[in-house]
Amino acid sequence: MSHSETPHGSAGVISGHLKEDIDHWLAKFPPDRRRSAVLAALRAAQHENNGFLTKELMDGIAEYIGLPPIQVYEVATFYSMFETRPVGRHHVSVCTNISCMLCGGEEILAHVEQRLGIKVGESTPDGRFFLKQEEECLAACTGAPMMMVDHVFFEHLTPAKVDEILDQHK
Amino acid sequence: MSDDLVNIEVNGVALQARKGQMIIHATDKHDVYVPRFCYHEKLPVAANCRMCLVEVEKAPKPMPACATPVAEGMKIFTKSPKAIAAQKAVMEFLLINHPLDCPICDQGGECELQDLAMGFGRDISRYTERKRVVKDKSLGPLISTDMTRCIHCTRCVRFTQEIAGFQELGTIGRGEMTEIGTFIEQSVDHELSANVIDLCPVGALNNKPYRYRARAWEMQQQPLVSPHDSVGTNIFAHVLRGTVMRVVPRPNEAINETWIADRDRFGFQGIYSTDRVQQPLVREGDSWRAVDWDTALTLVAERLAALGRGRSEQLGVLASPTSTLEELHLLARITRGLGSANLDHRLRRLDFRDQSRDPVFPWLGADIAAIEQADALLIVGSNLRSEAPLLAHRVRKAAAKKGAKVSFVNNQAYEYLFPVAQSLTTNGLGMLDHLAAVLSAAAHSSGRPVPAALQAHVAKAQPTAAHASIASQLSQGERKHVLLGAIAQRSVAYAELRAFAAAIADLTGAQLGYIPEGGNEVGASLAGVLPHRSAGGQGLGKEGLNLSDMFRAKLKGYVLFGAIEPEHDIADSAALQALEAAEFVVALSPYDSAKAYADVILPIGSYAETSGTYVNLEGRWQSVPGAAKPVGESRPGWKVLRVLGNLLNMEGFEYVSSEQVRDELAAQVAGVKPDNSYRAGEVQGVVGGTPRDVGIYAGDAMVRRSSALQQTHAAEGGSK
Repeated sequence: MSHSETPHGSAGVISGHLKEDIDHWLAKFPPDRRRSAVLAALRAAQHENNGFLTKELMDGIAEYIGLPPIQVYEVATFYSMFETRPVGRHHVSVCTNISCMLCGGEEILAHVEQRLGIKVGESTPDGRFFLKQEEECLAACTGAPMMMVDHVFFEHLTPAKVDEILDQHK
Repeated sequence: MSDDLVNIEVNGVALQARKGQMIIHATDKHDVYVPRFCYHEKLPVAANCRMCLVEVEKAPKPMPACATPVAEGMKIFTKSPKAIAAQKAVMEFLLINHPLDCPICDQGGECELQDLAMGFGRDISRYTERKRVVKDKSLGPLISTDMTRCIHCTRCVRFTQEIAGFQELGTIGRGEMTEIGTFIEQSVDHELSANVIDLCPVGALNNKPYRYRARAWEMQQQPLVSPHDSVGTNIFAHVLRGTVMRVVPRPNEAINETWIADRDRFGFQGIYSTDRVQQPLVREGDSWRAVDWDTALTLVAERLAALGRGRSEQLGVLASPTSTLEELHLLARITRGLGSANLDHRLRRLDFRDQSRDPVFPWLGADIAAIEQADALLIVGSNLRSEAPLLAHRVRKAAAKKGAKVSFVNNQAYEYLFPVAQSLTTNGLGMLDHLAAVLSAAAHSSGRPVPAALQAHVAKAQPTAAHASIASQLSQGERKHVLLGAIAQRSVAYAELRAFAAAIADLTGAQLGYIPEGGNEVGASLAGVLPHRSAGGQGLGKEGLNLSDMFRAKLKGYVLFGAIEPEHDIADSAALQALEAAEFVVALSPYDSAKAYADVILPIGSYAETSGTYVNLEGRWQSVPGAAKPVGESRPGWKVLRVLGNLLNMEGFEYVSSEQVRDELAAQVAGVKPDNSYRAGEVQGVVGGTPRDVGIYAGDAMVRRSSALQQTHAAEGGSK
């Protein structure tokens, strides 16, 4: 049965550090609400794994927290911040929401695409960059147009500035 | 008036509703229709389809009836312009991405979306953009998928989570990218999983083997009782020109609620197996000749009568416990009429030592629905989910929803999918030691003595905290049961296991109960298809041979009634040899699998092709008419037996209907009530043999021929 295919022993892929992290979050919720720690566990796991999640990691989290794996897959696929397939190591998000759009965000995005040779949602073949689909405003309207690279904001962008920033990320 | 009631007004009519109840409960109860997709009375409320929006006075916007509790003085309008406008708007959104493929959709004609679109949809769509397309998922051999049709009501997801007990389906992605699926390609394997076919309000999840085979409006709906386990699950056969096309649930709150097990749904495929016998067959040397019924029955009557004359002890008769009560009664009458008492239906049992203590009318010890209310259960030797999936569902509800303490003493740890208080597993006879330890703890806490016959064993027992905890859980609370499952009943130490189980029940004040194996095992006991009792438990002048002894004795003649296949159905390994060595074997069976040893095969109808009665594990008699045209020249078993009785010149075989047969037996057993009381005493001797391990889809000849069930993981995995 599929239940026996649930990943017995796959908690082994969860590192000691990750376990500590998950335990830290589990402690914040009541004992019968362990499911609440999924979000934080996935974030920590993705951070440790070069920015993306694998089935093994998600199954490991499911087993460690004590959930059916599907409940972890649901969360991982719902949030756009989680990647469930291998992606490049530097995550580039160009904001094209309203303020950035008015200030040329779409031109910045076109420049990034042309410069990296990939479309939104793709990774460069050398595994260096991942151009993320940004679902919402990144909340830096005063600095529009802007982009985020590996959780760091870069504001008042021009094509030249973009080239410089990308060159700094090896 | 009770404080628990509030006064509400629905469409201007004053009603009362229970406090805290959702609006839709109150409107449903009073037959006020509110359209819905995601709401289902057996599932937790999700409130995600919004189809049930209604107007509530003073509320600023329409409210979902499924998730809005009633309040004192609430005025609800289900058909006001505001309510209708909201419902129509929701319908328009739902139809944006739904394909217009009703003509090629199996759900067409019985589709909730189609029905409601008639009432609430626009004639012409205002949506001209491209529709969304979703890749189909492979969920295994039972459920077909057309995921583009999905409206994300999540009934199926909530079913796997809440009813099955292990969430296999989920909502993957979000927004317009949302899909229902397993994420990782894998089949949905739970033994109740195909109920999502009925739950799905659109054509996204459908019956895979039935795909494109018939239209809902062409078929006739016939009530049946599923014979695959002792629950007596109520089903409907959908019949097209005499052929069963599919099986769906027949709701019955007391038995199966709105669910059926997958084997109840797909087992019927065995009716149309290619090895059905089309005509009576008579062996001629190594080949078989098809003959007409007259020839076959005359031959059988002559040979049986010859066996009967002066050497009736040379005739052994076996009946499948999936046979109808009428068939069983007539078979018992014919066997006794021929002067033989060698009659048995307990095909997988090895231990007959204390058969005199078997109940005449064995049962669960409670109604099925009452199990849900149990405080504590001790289940001995049972792969519960495989033996009786819908009973397992009730036990799951007791454990998971009501906090009942459910413990097992079992031959292995199965995946129960509900919280288990204590699980003691051991192979073979170790179960006895566990029970002895529980009994010791129960005796200690109750201060009452252990039955004399068990004292020696109990004295050696070393109860641990687990044993003590089982004893104490059974001692507390009002409703508690000790249940003996099929693994216990098939054991070579069944007599001892039962003695201990009965003693534990006695000392703790629990009810002793049985989980019988076949669809009509209770009926077979009651009808006296036994070597030591006739109908209603009447004693016999001389006891006959039990199943094992019949084979040990290598009798000259055997009658096998129902689709009995020794290699699967009979535990005793001597069976096949004895049948092959016999002078005359007649098999009354839908299938030709008896060709290896039989001399005559009489084709009888399967459960869907005969009228008849089944007695389920709560002692409930359920009679149903035949649903389908018998395959080939096969005939309902009771009619074949009636003619045989006539040809044997037996008295009183002039039945004109199966009801007459049933009523005759009912009169004979009128005073017999379900009763598991157990008279403690010594058990002598030891029994040998290896119990059969029976997989969930291997229990009877018909499920073994269901191609869909045989393709499942559960079938591959044997008993697991």
